[in-house]
Amino acid sequence: MSDFPETVGTQVPSIRPTPPAPELPLVPDQLTPLHGWGRANASRAHVASIDSVAGAVSALRQAESGGYAARGVTPRGLGRSYGDAAQNAGGTALDLTTLNRILHVDAEADPPTVDVQAGVSLDKLMKALLPFGLWVPVLPGTRQVTIGGAIAADVHGKNHHTEGSFGNHVRSLRLLVADGRVLDLSPDSADPDDNAAFWATVGGMGLTGVVLSAVLELKRAETAYFSVDTDRTADLDELMTAMATGDENYTYSVAWFDAVSTGKHLGRAVLTRGRAAKLADLPAKLRPRALEFKAPSFGTIPAIFPNRLVNKATGKAFSEFWYRKAPKHRVGEIQNITQFFHPLDIVSEWNRLYGPNGFLQYQFVVPFGAEDTFARCVELIATSGHVSCLNVLKRFGAANPGPLSFPTPGWTLAVDLPIEPGLDRLCDRLDEQVLSVGGRIYLAKDSRLSAATFRQMYPRLDDFMAVRRRLDPNAVFTSDLARRLDLV
Amino acid sequence: MIDALGAPQSLLLLGGTSDIALAIAERYAAHRPLRVVLAARPGERRTAAAQRLSGHGCTVTEVDLDARDHASHAATIEQAFAGGDVDVAVVAFGLLGDAERAWTDAEHALELAEVNYAAPVHLGVLLADRLKAQGHGRIVALSSVAGERVRRSNFVYGSTKAGFDGFFLGLGEALRDTGVSVTVVRPGFVRTKMTDGMDAAPLSVTAEQVAEATVAAVRARRELIWVPTAMRGVMSGLRHVPRPLFRKLPI
Repeated sequence: MSDFPETVGTQVPSIRPTPPAPELPLVPDQLTPLHGWGRANASRAHVASIDSVAGAVSALRQAESGGYAARGVTPRGLGRSYGDAAQNAGGTALDLTTLNRILHVDAEADPPTVDVQAGVSLDKLMKALLPFGLWVPVLPGTRQVTIGGAIAADVHGKNHHTEGSFGNHVRSLRLLVADGRVLDLSPDSADPDDNAAFWATVGGMGLTGVVLSAVLELKRAETAYFSVDTDRTADLDELMTAMATGDENYTYSVAWFDAVSTGKHLGRAVLTRGRAAKLADLPAKLRPRALEFKAPSFGTIPAIFPNRLVNKATGKAFSEFWYRKAPKHRVGEIQNITQFFHPLDIVSEWNRLYGPNGFLQYQFVVPFGAEDTFARCVELIATSGHVSCLNVLKRFGAANPGPLSFPTPGWTLAVDLPIEPGLDRLCDRLDEQVLSVGGRIYLAKDSRLSAATFRQMYPRLDDFMAVRRRLDPNAVFTSDLARRLDLV
Repeated sequence: MIDALGAPQSLLLLGGTSDIALAIAERYAAHRPLRVVLAARPGERRTAAAQRLSGHGCTVTEVDLDARDHASHAATIEQAFAGGDVDVAVVAFGLLGDAERAWTDAEHALELAEVNYAAPVHLGVLLADRLKAQGHGRIVALSSVAGERVRRSNFVYGSTKAGFDGFFLGLGEALRDTGVSVTVVRPGFVRTKMTDGMDAAPLSVTAEQVAEATVAAVRARRELIWVPTAMRGVMSGLRHVPRPLFRKLPI
């Protein structure tokens, strides 16, 4: 299948190619182990591979009436959510990574748009669009996520404070719902039900139906590079002040900080902020190939690493290295996409470094004004004995209307923690802090929240459930996450 | 669902008045209150157990279980799953019996064999069937070191536990590709109501210690543990003691 769009331009109306006559996809009898990116709580499901819209419809019908009907259906993409969102123990999982065609690009429109099937990865889409000077407006920390997953988790990137989350750039989407209908949903729909269904699907973790395709609004790019300013700060206060006062001058902003070293090094940070580089910003030798992007790969991490490789000693060494390798203050460095956005994408399956026990990512947001609580959370982590090397801090801008969309204005922090005894107590204490100021946890990262805490964190849960009950009264769409958080 | 850190949402205690089973429930509840299905004979002890767990914030459902009434087992399992998925099922019921009467009184011997072996096997198959369909879940089988090398002083009980132990280890193997796992727990002498009045043997433990080790083992998906851990070495040694010497040991 080509990585390039089938149609480009404005002359061709947006007609979708007729899908080839689908073979009846069988929901297989055997169970396949499925895990999230954290690799901590796998379960088994009957995985049906979907490569056409008609195939998705018949697989859904089969799953709803077959022997596993009682265990429901979950859509699954590239399995990059950290927890149990795309797992469905004993039930059916629809693997949408084979529903992966870029259907139509309208490069002349303002803004330009792309109509893309749900299983296309952001990696493939970005690489296909860049030569046309088009840019996917929201890229999370990895490009290895599908369009469907990006919508279901309403992913965000380093530009949330200026450009919002993924859902803000979806002009419309096609949703296969439980009764077999395919709905065309848009945020501007005059029908309030459709409008609500659109926003419940954005951030809805796949529980409203199967996203089949979406029309995304794109940005234009002169180059595939970024002009980046880097600053090191001595502690968390200095970092947060720098971010609060300067972020608005940059499209992109994110910080890494040290949560392993205690004492005076606690919270020392590297702040990187940037904007898309113009052609004139590039050195002469890059200009002829300004839109070229080669994703480097250093290979795949093998599954040979033991538990506890990420420990206090290696964590300290890593933090020291990561801090020292950054310049104290540098302005206008030209970085490529991998350097600036996705340093972790150069190695595949890096999650295996955490060993067979896996890890979890704890990502929360607390509102502006709750800086004290934020600092307490960091202190709890640093003094807990649990080791978090990858600590990513970012300021969120305005929320969108999605009732389960994670981003709300405030400070968000993501920490990666290896699974160790006692981690449950640390996470519970962090939950209390986060809840005490009206903050919340990101469901795409979560693998251990309780239903009761979740309910308190998402006060608009009832709005979501109202849509869910209307579109899926028998709770056909479900997942391990849905069962854990009582979303069934 | 069991979360990434090993916390279940629901627990089924087959033998819901067992001290060890209740200690396991309390250990889970101390981290996060959960839904508990107590399967046991109706009566004061079950009511008291339910109250004890409700006091820890658990949502408790009581279900009738009569180990010797095999015909009732299917209904017991059916009711146990009526409230939703069972994340962890503990097979905890058992009868120590009177060691001497057990090999001289045929009825008593049959009672031990039925309660400690036939019923767990029957319920184990029914349970495994439900968990397989669920696609996830853990079975905890409370065995005993008494089954590891059966000794003269309580060989009827020991033989039932040997069979029990073998069945659940085998069940764990059979369920390997189903998402369901089995943890067999072999405690040594546990100071509980079952052993009330007996002299504590060396390396004796409390129900709470067994619960702590069990919860950790389930979290780590261990297939077999001894409580205390040192019991593994002791039993390994005892297994190889020649019979003439073994019968002279004061055990």
